[in-house]
Amino acid sequence: MRLILTSLFFICLFGCNKSQTEDVINFDEEASQESGGTLTNAMIGEPNNLIAMIAGDGASSAIAGQIFNSLLKYDENLEFEGDLAKSWEVSEDYKTIKFNLKTQKKWSDDQPITCKDVLFTWKAVTHPDTRTPYGSDYQLVSSAECINDYQFIAKYNEPYAPALETWASLHILPEHLLKDEDINNTFFSLNPVGSNYFALDSWVTGQQLKLKANPNAIHGKPLIENKVSRIIPDLSSQFMELIAGNIDLMSINPIQYSRVFPNRSELNNKINLYKEMGNGYTYFGFNLNKKPFDDINIRKAISYAIDRQEIIDGVLLGLGEEITSPYKPGTYWENKNIKKLSFNPQKAKELLEKSGYHLNNNIYEKDGIPLSFEILTNQNKQREMTAVLIQRRLQDIGIDVSIRVIEWASFVNRFIKTGEFQAVVLGWSLSLDPDQYSIWHSSQQGPGQFNFIGYSNKTVDDLLEKGRRELNKEKRKAIYDEFSSILYEDQPIVYLYAGYGLSAIHKKIKGVKKLSPPAGIYHNDYEWFVPTKFRRNEMSL
Amino acid sequence: MKKIIKNPLALAGLIIILLIAILALFASYLSPYDPNYIDIQSILVSPNKQHIMGTDALGRDVFSRMLHGAQISLLVGIVAVGISTLIGIVLGSIAGFYRGITDTLIMRLVDVMLSIPSFFLILAVIAFLTPSIWNIMIVIGLTSWMGVTRLVRAEFLSLKERDFILAAETIGASDLRIILTHLLPNSLGPIIVSTVLGVASAVLIESGLSFLGLGVQAPTASWGNILTDGKEYIQFAWWLSLFPGLAILITVLGYNLLGEGLRDNFDQNT
Amino acid sequence: MLKYLLKRILWMIPMLIGISLISFFIMHLAPGDITSNESAFNPKASEESRQKLREMYNLDKPILVQYGLWLKRIAKLDFGNSFASHQRPVLWQEKDKNGNIKPGLIQKALPITLLINLLTIFLIFSISIVLGTIAAIRKNKIPDRLITLFVFVGFAIPGFWLALLLMYSLGVSNQILPISGLHSIGYEQMSPITQFIDMLKHLILPVFISCLSGLAGISLYVRNGMIEILNQDFIKTARAKGLYEKKVIFVHTLKNALLPLITILGLSIPGLIGGSVIAESIFAIPGMGKLFYDAVLMRDFPVVMGILTIGSILTLLGNLIADLAYAWADPRIRRGLSK
Repeated sequence: MRLILTSLFFICLFGCNKSQTEDVINFDEEASQESGGTLTNAMIGEPNNLIAMIAGDGASSAIAGQIFNSLLKYDENLEFEGDLAKSWEVSEDYKTIKFNLKTQKKWSDDQPITCKDVLFTWKAVTHPDTRTPYGSDYQLVSSAECINDYQFIAKYNEPYAPALETWASLHILPEHLLKDEDINNTFFSLNPVGSNYFALDSWVTGQQLKLKANPNAIHGKPLIENKVSRIIPDLSSQFMELIAGNIDLMSINPIQYSRVFPNRSELNNKINLYKEMGNGYTYFGFNLNKKPFDDINIRKAISYAIDRQEIIDGVLLGLGEEITSPYKPGTYWENKNIKKLSFNPQKAKELLEKSGYHLNNNIYEKDGIPLSFEILTNQNKQREMTAVLIQRRLQDIGIDVSIRVIEWASFVNRFIKTGEFQAVVLGWSLSLDPDQYSIWHSSQQGPGQFNFIGYSNKTVDDLLEKGRRELNKEKRKAIYDEFSSILYEDQPIVYLYAGYGLSAIHKKIKGVKKLSPPAGIYHNDYEWFVPTKFRRNEMSL
Repeated sequence: MKKIIKNPLALAGLIIILLIAILALFASYLSPYDPNYIDIQSILVSPNKQHIMGTDALGRDVFSRMLHGAQISLLVGIVAVGISTLIGIVLGSIAGFYRGITDTLIMRLVDVMLSIPSFFLILAVIAFLTPSIWNIMIVIGLTSWMGVTRLVRAEFLSLKERDFILAAETIGASDLRIILTHLLPNSLGPIIVSTVLGVASAVLIESGLSFLGLGVQAPTASWGNILTDGKEYIQFAWWLSLFPGLAILITVLGYNLLGEGLRDNFDQNT
Repeated sequence: MLKYLLKRILWMIPMLIGISLISFFIMHLAPGDITSNESAFNPKASEESRQKLREMYNLDKPILVQYGLWLKRIAKLDFGNSFASHQRPVLWQEKDKNGNIKPGLIQKALPITLLINLLTIFLIFSISIVLGTIAAIRKNKIPDRLITLFVFVGFAIPGFWLALLLMYSLGVSNQILPISGLHSIGYEQMSPITQFIDMLKHLILPVFISCLSGLAGISLYVRNGMIEILNQDFIKTARAKGLYEKKVIFVHTLKNALLPLITILGLSIPGLIGGSVIAESIFAIPGMGKLFYDAVLMRDFPVVMGILTIGSILTLLGNLIADLAYAWADPRIRRGLSK
């Protein structure tokens, strides 16, 4: 009997997919702005610590960013604007920055926000006992002081161009609550008091975090009253929760975006999809300290042999772009004048032969040594698929490639730090500041540093140093344009793609901009709202 | 053997095992496509005449991957169990035959190994050795010998009291000879049963490891990693998870049914 | 008997040290430490600051020294604090000077896992006894075959696949059961009874999935035990005396067949605190499996060692209980037990 039931059940699994309990509600109806309501999303991991400078994990920054403010922030066009600061001045010699803070602002516990808090935060992040991985940027500040309650001055020994960016990423913490605490191990990290749109309401370990609108929010109260972040580690489960209507938004993958949704009208009736430029790019990197990758012809040959469009079509279903400089396409710093290397296996072969390789048994070899290497990548489905596509293309022209996928911690420690790898498929984020010193400067090759592929080029070093001292935007642009051209000419890495960020947001959430601004779809989430008629009856769930 | 044929479930198990073994053995001849041939023009095509089990996220033919995956999954299962059975027989024999302090030490080692979660051992060893098919087999083998050891030891303990062993000892047969010619052959039944059941577990362990990203590495196909790839598309590309899921189900079932049938058989003989 | 017991308990000390030593080394066998994770590829995080972290956690010391430090702490029953930036205590909550409570990691995860595992074991044993008994009475007939087939299908089906199928069909297509998590949104406002029902609903699928794979072992064990006893002389005598069949089965056989189950129960004790990472990830249940798995991936050594230590104490105790039960029950059980 059980068996029959089980088999019936299986037939049903694939056979009857109809009975949607949700009646047809027209979620497309426009509605006027109103406050209140709850927005539910999901995270794959639990935040560690809501003091972002200590935490270092993505989930923590995502939550902490809604609770805390920095001195500066990016506006929707990715220009700086004041966050806690009302205005700021950079001195002529670029060595002093003066921030004028907004007055009359309060923490969510009603204490005033003053320069003391800023100074306290700077001292905390630079203190040798603070367990933060981010201290070094702020240690460049030679002295910091408060002129009065609302004027903060940071002095540098050397001009430091990325300085403003660093002040846009340091969450200012309340001095009055933390001055007597050990910042590394304080209850405050689980129960923070901030100044941004939301304040922590409750936190059920391992299950969910609930934020509520902060009445003292320095930019005014947001429309959404509550935000619930559920912790759901498995993305397949998250997606089911999304289509069942139990979470209101999530980032989705290309398959879901272009294969699942177009075929399912019942999903399109309640969920909107958004596409925007993502925040990172994927590359194929060579270990330049190892033969044969010290030879530029080999690198270029491999670059010609890789069909980037195929990777974008295959791995991202076309939902990504080729890049030629390490900057977000469409932003000011992108170098649009670089001519792309196109897929050209013939040219690849010519370059290999120019370097003295010849075919033997369909594999190129030189001095009896076949051209063969191993691509390493970490456990990331897209990178794995990318590596498989590269492997196929390289095999086509006669390069023998194997793939090895490794768990992250081992990957970093056994291979990257020791330099014991030949080639990698990895990603970098597309930073908003053009400074790429830590990735490309030849001095950054020590174990644990980021120029682990061993790139060193005197001109690039000079440009990177110059770029860090130049604050004039046009002059900086010229410096980094030259930098990215040389980098593309050298091909120490093959840029593969920058994928789009894909989001699915329930239609009952109103106020989401149809065309997302450069700063991203979530930039105006304080203006989002849920009309009363669409609100979930929370008790009935 | 006759008894197996009389037991319909055991017989079904045997047939399943043989069928799948044949499919795996002749995978290269039966596959319509190269299992690793990528065709990005036909990504996630549902089953049709060209691709009877559809294609995966890189346009590879699922049927061909399933056949080659059968090779890998079975190989992992059999080699891993081979390793664990061998270790188990050696340690179990020593413990059961010599008793005393050797026995105590070996059995405490069994306890120690049982108290460290095998997933932890596997993760650490794979991180150390870097994953490859062979390492996965070795790791599964090295972390699952404890059951066989206990079993062999228990068999030896009960056999040693029997008259024919006592007789062999009195005529001065060497220890090794007694173990190899008298004790082991008489414990063979339960060992075979546990080996057959062990293959089933190893196939399941491999699929679990794949779920965690620790299994057989791309682009090599195994049932576990086809299934894991497929789980992302379970509401959309059902064929990607249905076929490997069923394949694992049927295979593990086959080994279990046969194993249980054999156990019944041996139980009745003793 | 007492001497044996004492000996076994004394044995546990060197074994615990052995287990912890082995675990400690295995843990360090895998490359990397806590600092290599989140911030390893963040260009804003410098290597010097990571080195500083390593020194704070004594990760720069030789392994043996680190082990010694750990052993010294554990001897005082101090499981320490997590290396993760929340620095939560591994075992039990601690209070700061203002009376705020930081909950312990195991303290939070263990009750959830215990609840699920107790439910699972209870269900496995009760269903198995029923199925095993039916199978034994109808030995080699259709009910026996069907039961065998059913329990093996349950064992053989890849759990995460079935879980996702069930979540999709019962949670998405037909919204009968919740998909993941332990509580619905708005749980806090519910009455205690609705809270209880809500939680039960969330537990149905996870418990069902973990039951399914455990049925095969126990029910066949019951079946084989019953068959063996049914063939024995005293049952035959009872039957010959004309005792009513059902009574024979229930009073005599079942009692005898169930005794060895106590042994199995003892062996299940360590399993009680171990959760399945896979099930917990899919169902978004913050239990021990996920805690341990994440700790291993993050190289959060105090958490890994804490869970392993508690696990091994329970395993050793469980083994001891099992062995005692084994000696106390029927010596003929040996063969079955070894499976």
